[in-house]
Amino acid sequence: MAQLSVEEVGRYGRQLILPEWGRRGQESVKGNSVLIVGVGGLGCPCALYLAAAGIGRLGLLDYDRVELSNLHRQVLHCENRVGVAKSESGRDAVKGLNSHISVTTHTVLLDSSNALSILSQYDIIVDATDNVATRYLLNDGCVLLGKPLVSGSALRFEGQLTVYGWRGGPCYRCLFPSPPPPASVTNCSEGGVLGVVPGVIGSLQALEALKIASGMEPLYSQQLLLFDALGGGFRTIRLRPRQPQCAVCGENPSITALIDYELFCGSRADDKDKRVDILDPELRVSPQEYSEVVSGGKPHLLLDVREEVEYQICHLPHSRNIPLCHLQNGSLDATWEWILETTPTANDPTYSVFVVCRRGNDSQLAVKLLCEHGKAKGRGEEVVIRDIIGGLVAWSETVDPLFPKY
Amino acid sequence: MSELRIHLEFSGGAELLVGKTKHHDIALPHQPHPWSLRQLIAWIRDNLLKERAELFVTGESVRPGILVLVNSTDWELLGQLDYTLQPNDHVIFISTLHGG
Ligand SMILES: [Zn+2]
Repeated sequence: MAQLSVEEVGRYGRQLILPEWGRRGQESVKGNSVLIVGVGGLGCPCALYLAAAGIGRLGLLDYDRVELSNLHRQVLHCENRVGVAKSESGRDAVKGLNSHISVTTHTVLLDSSNALSILSQYDIIVDATDNVATRYLLNDGCVLLGKPLVSGSALRFEGQLTVYGWRGGPCYRCLFPSPPPPASVTNCSEGGVLGVVPGVIGSLQALEALKIASGMEPLYSQQLLLFDALGGGFRTIRLRPRQPQCAVCGENPSITALIDYELFCGSRADDKDKRVDILDPELRVSPQEYSEVVSGGKPHLLLDVREEVEYQICHLPHSRNIPLCHLQNGSLDATWEWILETTPTANDPTYSVFVVCRRGNDSQLAVKLLCEHGKAKGRGEEVVIRDIIGGLVAWSETVDPLFPKY
Repeated sequence: MSELRIHLEFSGGAELLVGKTKHHDIALPHQPHPWSLRQLIAWIRDNLLKERAELFVTGESVRPGILVLVNSTDWELLGQLDYTLQPNDHVIFISTLHGG
């Protein structure tokens, strides 16, 4: 077991005098290593507390770079490290906090080819990732290597926490044998997240990892913590034990080596937004082409199909907000009436409707819905409805840099 | 012949499929046999889901990625679809989160 130096005894004194922790617990923590996969909203607070508490060795794995829109929740990073690899930004921050610990950075995308060799270098794994494929990869890797997995997740105002693979407890696959349909998965960039929510869950992940590292029992093995910051508070749910028929940790496992997780989940191992491409090219215009329509003073309608809360953040002048979900829920007739009644020169083929959203995905769905509805009702042949490629993000990047991106 | 009153809760984003409301007090109509969770899921599909039922139901069960709890216990421990609902049961449907 690792020995504490005189300086370390002074540094960790407040937790050394806890009888449940003591010198023994501190030395055990110093002798342990934790890999944090994802140095984001969960991984940052987790790394902070593990480093502050004196974990012996900390691994920080992330392939991504720091962006301005990360800083509200990814509290290891800071303004002057925007653009820096998150693993390195995180290392600089925790080394500044505690120079006694050793930090290893892994600036890679974790996949089946590198996961086992990286995970095997650590005693405890923290799942602080943001996508389904990597969650299955981490689970299977930890089961195959026999390592505990401290899993956290957060979205909007809610968080979830549990420890997998701890002394006969279930693994992720015991609970979720099949991946969710990709259409049901929302990421933080689409769904939003209040920064302090992953802060709470990431801190609790550090607590669970420290309890394991110090030789105590984790609280949330075979238990799921639900945190609802809006109205539900904290609740604990009793989960099923390890399932004998589990594909990876069961009695006759069918998964004995890592598989292709992007294929298994039908989604990519990142939280980058999926690109939709469903419209004919003639139904699409670039932001530049749309800006020429505007500057040329050509009459047209601009329909913004984002959620109302997003429309209130920023919108283009003379646009009208009808969220996509309203179009999907019976507003098509009303929208067509609006289009037709505000189209005075209906036979002028240059007169058209443009549909815009945040990134150019929902706008395509909206154009498709509107065109199909118009065709079914036999109207609007004289109206051309097109979407703006890449949405308001592309507008900001290619036409008007002063238009906010969020 | 009385109805069966239970409390439903949707979280983790599952509430977005049922009118963005997390809590639903419901009364299931009287029927000759006891209500099972299997029948409750069909009832929810037919009565509460506004759209895109496939984001909640697969076959006769919930879609992968939704945990079902009855009175804070994983339904796997209670017989899953065959569990017989009791008056005032608190049934929670949690969509697992993946963000970080
Ligand atoms: Zn398992």
